Amino acid sequence: MPTPHPYALLCELTYRCPLQCPYCSNPLDFARHAGELTTDEWRSALSQAAALGVVQAHFSGGEPLLREDVSPIIRHARQLGLYTNLSTGGTLLTEKLAAELRDAGLDSLQVSIQDADAENSDRMAGGLPSFAKKIAAARLARQAGFSLTLNVVLHRQNIGRLGAIIAMAEELGAERLELANTQFNGWALKNRAALLPARAQVETAAGIARAAQQRLRGRMEILYVLPDYYEQFPKACLHGWGRVFLTVAADGAVLPCQTSREIRGLKFDNLRNRSLDDIWFRSETFCKFRGTDWLPEPCQSCPRKETDFGGCRCQAFLLIGDATATDPACSLAPRHDLVAQALAQAETAPAQELIYRTAAASARFT
Amino acid sequence: MPIAPADIPRLADKARLKWDAVREKHLLLFPEGVLVLNQTAHDILALCDGRRTVTDIVAVLAAQYQNDTIAGDVTGILQKLADKGLVKTAG
Repeated sequence: MPTPHPYALLCELTYRCPLQCPYCSNPLDFARHAGELTTDEWRSALSQAAALGVVQAHFSGGEPLLREDVSPIIRHARQLGLYTNLSTGGTLLTEKLAAELRDAGLDSLQVSIQDADAENSDRMAGGLPSFAKKIAAARLARQAGFSLTLNVVLHRQNIGRLGAIIAMAEELGAERLELANTQFNGWALKNRAALLPARAQVETAAGIARAAQQRLRGRMEILYVLPDYYEQFPKACLHGWGRVFLTVAADGAVLPCQTSREIRGLKFDNLRNRSLDDIWFRSETFCKFRGTDWLPEPCQSCPRKETDFGGCRCQAFLLIGDATATDPACSLAPRHDLVAQALAQAETAPAQELIYRTAAASARFT
Repeated sequence: MPIAPADIPRLADKARLKWDAVREKHLLLFPEGVLVLNQTAHDILALCDGRRTVTDIVAVLAAQYQNDTIAGDVTGILQKLADKGLVKTAG
């Protein structure tokens, strides 16, 4: 089979962020990756991506609105015919900036909110007041005419308020609500004992999400991603490594996914040294887990191998220390016991203490 | 809401049609997603201009394809996309 062209590019415009969520998807050692791409380098990245077949550009961070050139970068993406999507924590959005983004042609804006409860939302974001600013940002986005997506990461400390979270999204006029259960890589894995929900919490939440999906069909789309720890089979991370998706990180490193920097031993090429086309089609890292030839057993003889591609490489590496292993979230994985242990702890001995995503903590993990 | 013959469908503001020159396919783009369209789906959506009714669209395509059974395809595709919030209707 010929190597497919990618559909979507994630641009992590910066690793800087005013918030400190303990499940951040940035790498643990983000503080080490300084030297952000310039405006022109981002323009070049987008031009190369469009030529490679990318049709969707997602802009995130860190907090992308910390970049003063976010509007010109988005304008360039739109001029290339890309569909543009910006994910922000919301605290820096102003009426002027919303209008500027609209004018630049931004198609869709996603605001993340940590909880429907103000106090808990602030606590999860690292303590400084941010909830009121996030609500204001969601309203500004709607007023500026954007299609608004609300993103709420679910975990054991907010999943019990799912009904209130859905009501909040309705009240804010979101067209789409992403309820993403925490993926336990990177920061979230460090905080797993405090974030992994108990089984009863997950089942109750799934019922609430299903009922809301029915009730709001055609008005608000609700995406509810089950936590993979509670699934029988693993997620098809990225729909297959190096198949539809790629990430350019703040410093120009080109990654199969934003967390793949957690896999030690992989070498990541940088846009400053090699073209995106060459990295996608020919780099060692992108070719390593592409397709199904590399899959171990029991994946290799599994009828689901073209469905989930052995699951998440980061999770295999972080839990087992071997990125070529079957994702332990799979009930058929030889090391599924590692996930079962964590689930048992979620029933009997959850933790409270959180390690926040700060530069100081990142320096310790480097 | 079921799609009715008198409804006037249009693409949601957040959705956009695109000709993908790399893959030589018609696409429908929307937040966090891409649908690769077959020719029929593309032709239906291209006629969703906020003026034509479902009945009008069926008539145009029945003539274009010389096919009287196109109505089911039109309703089916529009219903699927309306359920995803990608097609809006006025009636």
